[in-house]
Amino acid sequence: MNSALDEYREVSPKGTVDFLYRLSDLVQGKSFLHLNAVRYGGGMSEVLRRLVPMMVSLGVEARWEVLAGSQEYFVVVTRMLNALQGRDDKLTDDMYQTYASVIERNAKALKLEADMVMVHDHQPAGLVDYRTNGCWLWRCHLDLAQPQRPAWAFLRRYILKYDAAIFSLSGFAQRLPIPKFLIYPSIDPLSPKNRDMSRSEITQVLDRLGIHRVKPMLLQVARFDRFKDPLGAIQTYRLVKRHHDCQLVLAGAGVMHDPEGEAVLMELREAEARDPDIHVIQLPPEADLEINALQRSATVVLQKSVKEGFGLTVSEAMWKGKPVVGSTAGGIAAQVVDGVTGYVVHSVEGAAFRIRHLLNNPGLMNRMGAMAREHVRRNFLITRQLGDYLTLLKLLPAT
Amino acid sequence: MALIAEAPFAFIGCSELQESIAHQADDEKELAELIEEVPLDSIHFHTHSYFLRHGLIEGTYPNDFAQWVVMQIGDHVLGERLAVLDPFDYPDLENLREELISIIDDHLSRSPIIPRVVFGQPFHFKRSRILEVPIGLKAHTLQDFRDMVADIDVSTIYFHMFEAHFRLRRAENDFSAWIRTSLGLTNLADRIRSINPYQGSLERLRSKLITACDEFLTGDSVKA
Repeated sequence: MNSALDEYREVSPKGTVDFLYRLSDLVQGKSFLHLNAVRYGGGMSEVLRRLVPMMVSLGVEARWEVLAGSQEYFVVVTRMLNALQGRDDKLTDDMYQTYASVIERNAKALKLEADMVMVHDHQPAGLVDYRTNGCWLWRCHLDLAQPQRPAWAFLRRYILKYDAAIFSLSGFAQRLPIPKFLIYPSIDPLSPKNRDMSRSEITQVLDRLGIHRVKPMLLQVARFDRFKDPLGAIQTYRLVKRHHDCQLVLAGAGVMHDPEGEAVLMELREAEARDPDIHVIQLPPEADLEINALQRSATVVLQKSVKEGFGLTVSEAMWKGKPVVGSTAGGIAAQVVDGVTGYVVHSVEGAAFRIRHLLNNPGLMNRMGAMAREHVRRNFLITRQLGDYLTLLKLLPAT
Repeated sequence: MALIAEAPFAFIGCSELQESIAHQADDEKELAELIEEVPLDSIHFHTHSYFLRHGLIEGTYPNDFAQWVVMQIGDHVLGERLAVLDPFDYPDLENLREELISIIDDHLSRSPIIPRVVFGQPFHFKRSRILEVPIGLKAHTLQDFRDMVADIDVSTIYFHMFEAHFRLRRAENDFSAWIRTSLGLTNLADRIRSINPYQGSLERLRSKLITACDEFLTGDSVKA
């Protein structure tokens, strides 16, 4: 028996852990290298921190290497990220040169040999120029549906040298002449953000945040930017408030050095000042327990985004047994089963209508919450992603 | 004393790798045209392995095509007509493909417009690669079989009930075939063969299998 995986017996679906043991028998001794740009921060690193030891414990020679970059390089890749996601951030030739230089330096320092090499996102993508053996996969966590053409043209030259690309959703992909696989991201049910919390622990956190559970709580956890539509969440809340005495909590990461985010936050603060039942909580990065406690305390979780990545906060809330009322943006509709685990809506009015319906039907809310947790258990836990990666290792031949 | 099988039943699970193919439909006419064009793997993906991805929760409609025309286009009439289609009624995927096209064409011939996506998402065609995984469990008796079915990963039930339909090219599935040939329990085999896997989730299927075994084991059912 193996502790890293066996911890998941209680939380994963029936038979899953034993199935993963048998699946790993098919790839014993194979090597699997993950390459990305950051060790800490972000959902991808969070999952890799857990996933790599699990793979090792199953007999796969898994490694995780992190690219070393200069401050200048990180400015370049941040601009590239924005451009790839459609924002009008221009990149100069010097910037592309900085990218290539950092890639070259890292290629000399890193050991890139493995049966399977999975390169996450754009930051280390250029390392494919230095590939030796193995099957190279580009794992894209971004929404590339409408990138700025120059940035995508630059990156695409590298992507064509991979054996395959992996996207989170079909709609996030660009046309490519290499195979495109689809793998949903996942959450770790045992991480601080998702683990069980006692009632007293939750109360302590809420007290610290100044939130009281007297009134039903509508919650949206998202960065304070226009894509997440927090102002739409406030409009929704106001329509609900006419019929139900509830409160709205908007919790999100800080907006330092982001003028647009600061402008959104200012508008939210104004709304908060006019209504004591609106709470705007700025959380530090990796405020995992705070998010966990808020999601567990919510009555209904709202994800009103107009543009979204996969939006794993939806699965996080569903894992805590909450019905989610979400828009069709990004991966939200892929997580919410409409009418079963929550509702998919297309407008402020639609969101308000569904939330009112839920608040009027506590039994329905409980049933939907229970189904939501089961849906996540089967589709969005790290154990499913581990199975997907082991399957890749078995099915895709090293070249 | 329990009946020992002539040959044990070896359970096999499966893992699915989804692959996007470069076709997407924005309206029902395009949907029909692309159903005609895509590889059969893709028809299989959207009508069969749909169940592998919906192990517990039954969507409102039991295949991706019906689900899409209802959820993304809002065409409930076509959704209902596609939903009632039972893949078990067709000898192979090519016949199933023909029927899908025929239903959509007939629907469009009665419609003054071609319903299309306005606010929703296009239909993205996909296919999958299935990896068979022997899970190391072997049933020698009906009781073993029943107890193992109760605890196995649902992909195992999918593999032996859904994939078997096309592998064996007959109405028999792996479970009923083993119960018939290795245990010689014809009545129970007939009952398990008659379970239509397309009418419910894999968990519901698991429950039906267990119930059938339990009723037989406790003598509630007519024995073979």
